[in-house]
Amino acid sequence: MSNFETYLTSRMTGDDSHTLAAYKKNGGYATLERALKEMQPADVTEAVKASGLRGRGGAGFPTGLKWTFMPDPAKDPRKRYLAINADESEPGTCKDRVIMDEDPHGLLEGILLACYAMKCEASYIYVRGEYRHQYDRTAAAIVEAREAGLIGKNILGSGFDCEIHMHKGAGAYICGEETGMMESLEGKRGHPRPKPPFPAGFGLWGQPTTVNNVETIFNVPFIVDKGAEWYRTMGSESSPGNFLVGISGNVNKPGVYEAPLGTNAKELLEADHFAGGVPEGRKLKAWFTGGSSTGMMSADTIDVAMDHDSVKAAGTMLGTAAMIILDDSQCVVRAMQIIARFYDHESCGQCSQCREGCQWLHQIFKRIEDGQGRDGDIDLLTSIGNGMAPGKTICALADAAAIPAHMMVKHFRAELEEHIRDGGCKINKTGKYAPQSAPEPAEAQA
Amino acid sequence: MALPKNLKDEFTELVTHYPESRAGLIPALHRCQEDLGGWITPEIMEDLAEFFGIEPVEVYGVASFYPMFRLTPPGENVIKVCHNISCDLRGASDVLEKAKELTGADVHGTSADGKFTLEVVECQGCCSTAPMIDLNDQFHENLTLDELERLIGGCK
Ligand SMILES: Cc1cc2nc3c(=O)[nH]c(=O)nc-3n(C[C@H](O)[C@H](O)[C@H](O)COP(=O)(O)O)c2cc1C
Ligand code: SF4
Ligand code: FES
Repeated sequence: MSNFETYLTSRMTGDDSHTLAAYKKNGGYATLERALKEMQPADVTEAVKASGLRGRGGAGFPTGLKWTFMPDPAKDPRKRYLAINADESEPGTCKDRVIMDEDPHGLLEGILLACYAMKCEASYIYVRGEYRHQYDRTAAAIVEAREAGLIGKNILGSGFDCEIHMHKGAGAYICGEETGMMESLEGKRGHPRPKPPFPAGFGLWGQPTTVNNVETIFNVPFIVDKGAEWYRTMGSESSPGNFLVGISGNVNKPGVYEAPLGTNAKELLEADHFAGGVPEGRKLKAWFTGGSSTGMMSADTIDVAMDHDSVKAAGTMLGTAAMIILDDSQCVVRAMQIIARFYDHESCGQCSQCREGCQWLHQIFKRIEDGQGRDGDIDLLTSIGNGMAPGKTICALADAAAIPAHMMVKHFRAELEEHIRDGGCKINKTGKYAPQSAPEPAEAQA
Repeated sequence: MALPKNLKDEFTELVTHYPESRAGLIPALHRCQEDLGGWITPEIMEDLAEFFGIEPVEVYGVASFYPMFRLTPPGENVIKVCHNISCDLRGASDVLEKAKELTGADVHGTSADGKFTLEVVECQGCCSTAPMIDLNDQFHENLTLDELERLIGGCK
């Protein structure tokens, strides 16, 4: 059994954990009430800062620090917004949906505390369009909370006003990038904006805006309730707290698990209270640390602490902590081809390095997998990747596409060479996975 | 005007959520697609343009950017098979082959009898419950081939 304190998933039991009644039974909204009565907005920000909470949307940016980038309302009287990133579209990532399904009031309480701290008058929750069930659950929670006087004007008689609105995306991964998301929320194509200006100065409708991930904000009520010191007893020095780890692919028990940051990836993969190992008779071949954009690493790297700094030292990023596991029946080139296809499909096309680079990476990985690989293709992959990133494009999607290509060359060069030399894939010609290469998804119909 | 009154009323309320009404466009496109035949007709685009006070070409530019909006009519049932990495590792190719066989539709095509449209989509956020399909806007996760057969058999 696990020997750590859980809190993120602590209320996610029973059939009614999403209701206000169940949430209140567990002490729900008491933290908000206390904060509105006893704390100044700056005290809330200070608690979050002291906790060391880092964003769970992929980049791991310190949340409290991000909140302080919002301009001082005494000097800048513009309207202010909190935008919640519930776009969750990074392949492998399926954790935010658990919060929206099982404990939406926890998210709402976090939003209200964050809006109080930053003096935002409204928050928009941008939910990917496919998450209908999660949208409905959260929307129902908003209705309940509004009826209970927890959302709207003069919340709990404190004089604090705050609105929370739901907003539906429509299937474009790029709308998870924070400025692409803001464009999309404004009713436009999800084309990321050049930065600066940053969202805190020029966000939604040009007003000061903070963008945070669902899981990030879900941590906030716990921090405000129990304090930064308690929070720092979990996780590691530079990445405190627990996190939700989605584990998918060739494991016995795929699922979303709560664990302290810094838990060893090998334990997450193998322990019975986590993913329970790869299927019997199989060995680990490759794994992604945190979603497709962190790239695939070889099996010998699995003994690593899952926190931002340790994973970085191992050569990649913690990302969304979505571990994707490949056993030795899988072809890593096929897996890479799927990833490359994804970024080719999702590039918004504004920057030529990204638009063309993604196309090239996809085509080259596809031809290698299909047995049409050429001498020199591996060097070509590296030079295309170098041309895309970092910092040469409007947003980080180009990096997200280039990193897996670089990781592929670094960790699985031999497999690429073998595919080129032998004229194709041995595994997928004989194995149980489809003999043909992965089909193309539809372009948005034009 | 092809926009029915109930939707118009709904959108009139919707735009009050935002400081600028255009922000309601994408949610409104969803509601039109849901209620009005499963796709966005040119006529609806014109009506939405009028409602939001923008040019039809701007509505088209948005509708065509987002993969969830369909600009051609679908079959009676729409099956989307995720073929991204986590699903692929757990047999999405078999799911897709079986779906083709059972529906008679090609990938990104509609069966001759008009009953099924089959699409391949990117990751739907069901990675640790893979493989998955979305059938008529509902997820079916941890999908087996038998369950797929039952689901397709149960479609009208
Ligand atoms: C291409 C791309 C896609 C992204 N998708 C998501 C997403 O789906 N969800 C998310 O929370 N963050 C996503 N991000 C990160 C956001 O831009 C942003 O950093 C994050 O929402 C900030 O929240 P946090 O500080 O709470 O982590 C994405 C970034 C990029 C470059
Ligand atoms: S890097 Fe790619 S996705 Fe990002 S703005 Fe440029 S073209 Fe679009
Ligand atoms: S890969 Fe299929 S749902 Fe994520």
